[in-house]
Amino acid sequence: MKFLCVDCDAVMAYVERRLPGDGTMAVVYSCPGCGRETALLTNPMETRLVSGLGIEVGGRTVPPEPLELVRSALEGADEEPKLRHGQVRWSGDAKERLLAVPSFVRGMVKRIYGEYAAERGIPEITPEIMDRARTELGLEGM
Amino acid sequence: MSESREAPAPRRIRTYHEVADPAAESIVEQVVDQGRRLRERLDGVGRVVAVASGKGGVGKSAISANLAAALAARGSAVGALDADLNGPSLARMLGAEGRLSRGAGGVTPARGSAGVKVASMDLLVPEDAPLRWSGPEEHGFIWQSVLETGALREFLSDVEWGRLDVLVLDLPPGTDKLARLFDLMGAPDLVLLVTTPSEAARHVVAKSARFLAEAGAERVGLVANMTSWSCPHCGVEEQLFPSDAARRLARESGLEVWAEIPFDPRIPAETDEGLPLVLSDPERPAARALTALAERLADA
Repeated sequence: MKFLCVDCDAVMAYVERRLPGDGTMAVVYSCPGCGRETALLTNPMETRLVSGLGIEVGGRTVPPEPLELVRSALEGADEEPKLRHGQVRWSGDAKERLLAVPSFVRGMVKRIYGEYAAERGIPEITPEIMDRARTELGLEGM
Repeated sequence: MSESREAPAPRRIRTYHEVADPAAESIVEQVVDQGRRLRERLDGVGRVVAVASGKGGVGKSAISANLAAALAARGSAVGALDADLNGPSLARMLGAEGRLSRGAGGVTPARGSAGVKVASMDLLVPEDAPLRWSGPEEHGFIWQSVLETGALREFLSDVEWGRLDVLVLDLPPGTDKLARLFDLMGAPDLVLLVTTPSEAARHVVAKSARFLAEAGAERVGLVANMTSWSCPHCGVEEQLFPSDAARRLARESGLEVWAEIPFDPRIPAETDEGLPLVLSDPERPAARALTALAERLADA
C-alpha cells in the first residue's frame, strides 16, 4: 500500500502509527511537497488482518520475538509468557492497567510497551512508563 | 449551432509499480525477512517430510507419531511439528508434556518419545481449551486464516529445531493446508499422502495428489492405512474395506504405495498413552509396517 499526493505527484511519507486501544489503527502520512497529511484509518478487522501478517506498518524498531504473533493473538496463552521481551518486568499496577485494554488487542499493546521499554533499557514497566510511552508513541486510550 | 467540446484528458496518476516508497518497501522487507528466517531455521534440517491427506480421520497423526518415533529409535535426530493448529494431537501421541519455553535462539521444543523434539499448539494453550484467536467477533473468517498461516510460519521458523535428520510435519485435513505449506516453504523433501481403502478417502486424497502434481512436488508417496485387520482369536487376516480404493488411487495418480498399514486397535490405545506402537510393541504387524516405512524413508 502506498500513498501518492496527486496534486504534487509525490509519495507521501510515513509519519506515525497510532493505536487508540479499541482495535482500530490510524497511520499518518505526509506529503513532502505540500505538507498535506492524510490518515489511513482501519477498523478492528482490518487491523487484525494486518497484524496477522506479522508485520508492522512503518517498519520494525526491534527484531520480532519468537512466536510473537501466536503469543499476542492466541486467547488463553500464558498471560505471563515465558517468551516476553528480554528481562522487562511488569509491575502489578501496570498489569492491572493492561487488563483494561480490550482482550483482542491486549497482546499487541503489551508488545508495543515491551518494545518501548526494551529499546530504552527500562527494566520494569510501570503506569508512569506507560504514560510516557503513550505520549511519545501516540497510544491514546491504552 | 452547438459547439463540440472535447472532454478533458484524465490526469495522469502513477501506478503502484511506478512509485518507489520506502515505507511500503519496509513492509516487503519484513515479509522477505520472515522467509529468510524460516529458510535459515530449516537449513539445519536434513529432510522435511509432510504427512498429509486432505481427508480427515485417516490416521495422519498416528502415522506421524509412529514414523517420528521409529526414526528416532533407529538413531536419527527427529523433530515433529503439529501443523494441525485446531485439532492438535501429536504432542499427546508422542508423550510430550509441559509448555514450550524460551531458549537462547528461539522456542525450545518439548521432548517426546525416543527423544523426538515436538512443537504443537497443544503445548501453548490450556488443556481442553479450543484454539481461539483474539480479534473482532464478526467476520473472523477474513483474518483467521491469515493468522493460522502466520502461526505455522512461526512454528517452523521460531522453534529451535537444531540439527535434525528429519522434521515430520503433521498436516491437518484440507488440500488448502498443503497449499499454505508450499507458500511458506516451497515443496517439502517428501510428502506422504495418507489414505484408506475407502472410496470416500480416495475421492478426497486424489485432489491432494493432483494438487501436488500441479505444484511440482517431486517426491510423493502414498501410505495406505487400515488396509486389513487380523482376528485377535484365530489370526485370520481380512480386508477392512470392501473396496481397494488405495491401490486404485495409486494406479490413477501414478504414485507409489510406500506402505500398507493394517488396522490395529492398539495404535490409538498406545498413542493415547503417549507411547507409539513402534516402541511399545514393535513386533505387531502394524508396528512392523510403520517401522519399515521409517526405514525406507531413512534409506531413500
